[in-house]
Amino acid sequence: MNPPASILARLPALPRPALPSTFPPVLARVVDRLPSRPPSFAFAAAANGLAWRALRELDWSAARGKRFHARVRDLGLNLYFSVRADGFHAESSQRADVTFTASAADFARLALRLEDPDTLFFNRRLRIEGDTDLGLAVKNLLDAVELESIAAAMPAGLGQVIPHLRRLAA
Amino acid sequence: MSPSLLELICPAGSLPALKAAVDHGADGVYLGLRDNTNARNFSGLNFDTKTLAEGIRHAHAKGVKVLMALNTFPQPATLARWHTAIDTAATSGVDAVILADPGLMAYAVKNHPGLRLHLSVQGSATSYEAIEFYRERFGIRRAVLPRVLSLAQVENVIAHTDVEIELFGFGGLCVMVEGRCLLSSYACGDSPNTFGACSPGHAVRWEQTPKGMETRLNGVLIDRYADHEKAGYPTLCKGRFAVGAETYYALEEPTSLNSMELLPEMARLGIAAIKIEGRQRSPAYVAQVTKVWRAAIDAVKKAPETFQPHPAWMAELNKVSEGSMHTLGAYYRPWK
Repeated sequence: MNPPASILARLPALPRPALPSTFPPVLARVVDRLPSRPPSFAFAAAANGLAWRALRELDWSAARGKRFHARVRDLGLNLYFSVRADGFHAESSQRADVTFTASAADFARLALRLEDPDTLFFNRRLRIEGDTDLGLAVKNLLDAVELESIAAAMPAGLGQVIPHLRRLAA
Repeated sequence: MSPSLLELICPAGSLPALKAAVDHGADGVYLGLRDNTNARNFSGLNFDTKTLAEGIRHAHAKGVKVLMALNTFPQPATLARWHTAIDTAATSGVDAVILADPGLMAYAVKNHPGLRLHLSVQGSATSYEAIEFYRERFGIRRAVLPRVLSLAQVENVIAHTDVEIELFGFGGLCVMVEGRCLLSSYACGDSPNTFGACSPGHAVRWEQTPKGMETRLNGVLIDRYADHEKAGYPTLCKGRFAVGAETYYALEEPTSLNSMELLPEMARLGIAAIKIEGRQRSPAYVAQVTKVWRAAIDAVKKAPETFQPHPAWMAELNKVSEGSMHTLGAYYRPWK
């Protein structure tokens, strides 16, 4: 049972855990030396498991045959992937049509719809290199999906975590 | 006297952005179709007939108006596309269309006499004579004024016309010769007036170099940012150019308009609506900006004499601003 609101109001405010704005540079230096294939594979598997059900109906024609590179600056992590008819695929080649660079926390804020990519771009927290139009098309494609529909399509009620994550990362 | 007062009109580049605007307190949203019939013609942005229908349903269920921007200038070979867009607007049940081209106004009046017409900022009407011309010929009900007039000049316009006046309240600024600007044509052959975008994505390249991040438009270097310098949109008007011995923002600095502190004066003048720029932006921006402006407009309607923009509101708006700074633009010119 939930405690009455009056009790909650009298409790001291607990420090709210927050995502670090960046991870320590030493972590990036270590991770940067690791091969990029396993993280790309893990990313593709996670994206397919969590979000592909909601994303597969989108018009991915602009992304067909294109290679994407997400560089997580503070983790030194490089993810190479493509989007095919059956979902996200890890790519072993380090050639990409478009590269997005941001910190782990900013990628998380973008994914949770807490931050606008243009805002991050103006503040130099997001970089897009390569085929700008492809980057823009994918950004707008994902913006057009309702967060609730992604959450609803997640397996085993995982989508219920999204509102909590949004509060945590805000 | 205008029946509307300080309606909050917010941008919607997608269905989630529309819902964000509606759910955070917009009185109206404006949107465009997925082609060059509007001036935010970017890949993947805007509405098709299915999302348009759902957007209108969502907005109308909450008493929010939907305005459709058809604010580019048709060319002879593709005129039918604009006519079809007006037909789509009329049959889908939007509350008004925002037009710039007199030929399209004539088409709308003839084929959809019940459709409410707004004059787009792209129509570049800065005088009451110009606005009255559009009212007499086509019955326009509202005009969006270009961001070049001081509030004293806006007052003069309002004194001489019954057409409702909508002003830009917040968002990216440009050189503001809307409807006539051909700057981007010089670099990439496309102008916003016909293509529907100043700097089409296919022409834009960003590259990190040892000297900084370079922005190129169709190969033409338009800016280079040092590591911690704030960046702006990749448009020619906001590029830095070598003029004589100096390299600087020769046309315009990347900055946003924020007219919030003038809201009491805008209310006194009887401004019908305040427009928020940014159909190209994500739902997160629309939610953030709509929430702040809703609170500000409610506050000014309640107590205009004591209204002061809350510092937290200004901080929130600065955060999402281009160049992370803001200006009152031309609105505040005490010397006239």
